Amino acid sequence: MLYPTTSQTVGPYLHIGLSGLNCADLTAGLTALDTPPVVIEGRVTDGQGNPVPDGMIEIWQADAQGVYQHPDDPRYSGADAAKSGFTGFGRVPTEPDGSFRITTIKPGPVAGPDGTLQAPHLVVSLFMRGLLKHLSTRMYFPDEAQANEQDWILRQVPAARRATLVALAGDNGILRWNVNLQGAGETVFFDI
Amino acid sequence: MSKLAQYRRPFWNTQPAYRFDPYGSTQLRSPNEPLIVVPQTLSEVTGPTFGADFVGQGDNDLTRIAQADAIGERIIVSGRVLDENGRPVPDALIEIWQANAAGRYLHKRDQHDAPLDPNFSGEGRTVTDAHGRYQFKTIKPGAYPWGNHYNGWRPQHIHFSLFGRAYATRLVTQMYFPGDPLLEFDPIFQCIPDTKARNRLVATLDWETTVPEYALGYRFDIVLRGRNATPME
Repeated sequence: MLYPTTSQTVGPYLHIGLSGLNCADLTAGLTALDTPPVVIEGRVTDGQGNPVPDGMIEIWQADAQGVYQHPDDPRYSGADAAKSGFTGFGRVPTEPDGSFRITTIKPGPVAGPDGTLQAPHLVVSLFMRGLLKHLSTRMYFPDEAQANEQDWILRQVPAARRATLVALAGDNGILRWNVNLQGAGETVFFDI
Repeated sequence: MSKLAQYRRPFWNTQPAYRFDPYGSTQLRSPNEPLIVVPQTLSEVTGPTFGADFVGQGDNDLTRIAQADAIGERIIVSGRVLDENGRPVPDALIEIWQANAAGRYLHKRDQHDAPLDPNFSGEGRTVTDAHGRYQFKTIKPGAYPWGNHYNGWRPQHIHFSLFGRAYATRLVTQMYFPGDPLLEFDPIFQCIPDTKARNRLVATLDWETTVPEYALGYRFDIVLRGRNATPME
């Protein structure tokens, strides 16, 4: 048995090595979108409400049919993946005012624990100076109230804190989802 | 649907806590609330995949990005990416970044009064082969001062970011150099409670990859979370 390597912070200069993989628009270059793009905007703030200008967000999600582009998804087909071109992976830096913006598609529901179906969601990782380990969270969709209510993972979260994981419907169809690292309205983070 | 085999959680003292006051930036950026422990679902046991064709030839050579060679001590950094069960992790994307030989990052926020090297950008990437092996050619990074505490200096280090097979195995870490006297005083290194875990972040001098008359080799093996063979009932 080996021990997993210890996590360390990305530090303040992360973008030197990580910006090559940036992808703010998961729909870029896709020709046959069977669902309209969704824009997600938000802001990352620290325990005093200061913006986090030097962070990075990664998202991972299923496609519109709820299929992950990964061989461990029993519904995954390499041929379908090659045809659609959708990867399900996005990465964006936070801007000087702590904001970020991602364009993607709404994922379909995917299998959850105990034979349940999970509500559509993105899994989200945060990296920044001051985080010795990255943080994992999720973003759910505001137009899925019923599915969110029944979501196995959301039900593990104290009811009063669940709203931190659900985006708000903003103007022009843009979804608003802020991440508060600490304090009042602190976003729920998961130990996965 | 059948239950999913889970990736094991690391032994507690091999990983830092989120809050570690001697590293000042953790104070306002670490959650106050405990993390909510959840099982991994299909969302966490899958993850982005990157094949060998994802990186370009030469992306793992940081010493020659321009007409002239980068300045500094050339080194070869190599190792294997394994899981806790000792199995190699193939097709793992590794991204690295570092300061130059003078201890300066090519970054607008780095104001350290040390020279930039026009022939060194400090970024590299590669994908592990079928045996989990990787290799970089680079320059030994310099130590540099930081504002965390009075007369604070970071030990020489290279940042590593890895994608394994799953979202759950994502890892960002730092590789250090053997015998560096600054390690003892570095809060980022010292945040790891377990001494052995800490020392596993220190590379070892490697004669096997050292190229005579050319470059010293350093070996740095990386272990990602391992998966249980059978689903938990």
